[in-house]
Amino acid sequence: MNFQIEIGGLIAIYIFMVTAFAGWVIIGRVPAILHTPLMSGSNFVHGIVVVGGIFTLLNASTPIEQAIGFVAVLLGAGNVAGGFAVTQRMLAMFKTSGHAIAHHTRQRKHPKAAAAGAVKRMSPKKT
Amino acid sequence: MLITISQLIIGSVDLLAAFLLMFGLWRMASPVTAPSGILLAGIGMLAAILASFLYVFNVDAAAKPHLPLNVALAAAALLLGVGVAWWSGRKVAITAMPQAVALFNGMGGGAAAAIAAVELVGPGTKGTPELCVTLLGALIGSISLSGSIIAWAKLDELLKKPLHIPGLQIFNGAVLLLALVVGGYIVFVTAAHATPILPSLDLVEVFFGISLLYGVLMTLPIGGADMPVVISVYNAFTGLAVALEGYVLQNPALMIAGMLVGAAGLLLTLLMAKGMNRSVAKILFASFGPGAKRKQGAIKGSLKPVQASDAGIFMRYAKSVIICPGYGLAVSQGQGKLYDLVKLLQAAGVDVKFAIHPVAGRMPGQMDVLLAEAGVPYDLIVQLADVNEDFKTTDVALVIGANDTVNPEARTDKTSPIYGMPILNADQAKKCYCVKRGEGKGYAGIVNPLFYADDTFMVYGDAAAVCVAMAEAVRGLGSAAAAA
Repeated sequence: MNFQIEIGGLIAIYIFMVTAFAGWVIIGRVPAILHTPLMSGSNFVHGIVVVGGIFTLLNASTPIEQAIGFVAVLLGAGNVAGGFAVTQRMLAMFKTSGHAIAHHTRQRKHPKAAAAGAVKRMSPKKT
Repeated sequence: MLITISQLIIGSVDLLAAFLLMFGLWRMASPVTAPSGILLAGIGMLAAILASFLYVFNVDAAAKPHLPLNVALAAAALLLGVGVAWWSGRKVAITAMPQAVALFNGMGGGAAAAIAAVELVGPGTKGTPELCVTLLGALIGSISLSGSIIAWAKLDELLKKPLHIPGLQIFNGAVLLLALVVGGYIVFVTAAHATPILPSLDLVEVFFGISLLYGVLMTLPIGGADMPVVISVYNAFTGLAVALEGYVLQNPALMIAGMLVGAAGLLLTLLMAKGMNRSVAKILFASFGPGAKRKQGAIKGSLKPVQASDAGIFMRYAKSVIICPGYGLAVSQGQGKLYDLVKLLQAAGVDVKFAIHPVAGRMPGQMDVLLAEAGVPYDLIVQLADVNEDFKTTDVALVIGANDTVNPEARTDKTSPIYGMPILNADQAKKCYCVKRGEGKGYAGIVNPLFYADDTFMVYGDAAAVCVAMAEAVRGLGSAAAAA
């Protein structure tokens, strides 16, 4: 079997069209309040360019190709790591009222669970 | 055999990664699901990066002798890039987010351009269509790289004034045309096997030089208030460049992820432009030109300073307060102190809400993030379209560190550079307090008649300090009332 990927020009245009459409729909669902994390999140997504950078660098055969390939991987890696760190930090900060409620329920549940555990631990002693 | 297995693994992992990246963005539709979304996307990305090292089993014959060095270089670049960016991404202040995003975005554009450069300087046996796509990706990636760096410098206030040179736009157009001509010449030389006037390596260098120059020139004249749009445009550019280079490398994951971001950037750009009621073309190609030369004598009234404590006490006895936060609040890191004040006012029975302008801050949604950081719950945060009618029936509009987004000139003065931009109607509230550091102008560099209006009073000082003073005054009233 052969798993070599070959994408002709026309197929590429098909892929681009469908993806652009999907992107438009996916991004259109994001509320204005999340636009900054969305932007840095999509910034992180195009960081996948680092994969292309690694491919290019591994196939480099002259010093100049190696040098530019090194730069490509370096910049791509920065894009990925920075994009992820920033996005994740921002999203963790978003405490919606819904989030706060969920947090409270967790806290409320917690003593119950602890009590249940205590009962379980104690029950063998009783018998 | 090894080649087939590695191809199968890379292919399936990239497929999974492409799915997870899309699914991660899909989960951004709600703040509840968004954190797990970015985590899933991160897992997909990590898998794709690790799998890409399996390319070692299937490199070009020419690269075989260099493989150990190449693998070492790739690992070193990866670790160095990830290490530095992770550290700075963790450390950067939330207020400096737009700069950070601009910078990381520029890196992505640079990486795409660098991949194109390797393709161009390497022993190419590519057909004309592939060469055209490579060059187009190189052009867009380079513009995104240098443009993002200028945007970063502007946002970081290293570059303060937008550059206004008459005829610069025409010159820029000529530079872009030149880049296209050089690119076309490279295609012609390769296709016709002609001897170029310059060695082909120099030709590629000239092409990149012009492309980078265009990115710089294109961004320099754009004002700070338009930065949300600019960042968004360059985000789309980088995505497009990545998608194009993905085609050249025959990697569908790059094509999908890049195009996804391209579409996202385009949509956000249009939303931002709508928020400013200006066309994208106007923002990018027609800067706030002759604004500085306009006559400013038309403004009536005077600036009336009041003490923060007086303003605080007045708000304590108001029925309703709408707060219009702007970039100045972010600069002074006063979000938490402001929320303390809000909680005091709410305890006293005042109806308080936050009105957010779509382009408040230096990035779409930046103010929402800053308020979230301070712990402000969502139901207090209202977007412009839903709140603007309420100002007429509101006792106090508290403008903190905002300027251009509350400038009524945008509604009335056709000669104003911000004419037509939707604004928060803070001037329609019964009374308006404006917290400002001094008498300076906003990012657009124009005078705001709101500050001179009869019902407007200025509270000078750092936004955080003013919020503390207001809160103290309100708290003092509470204890006085309790004592009496």
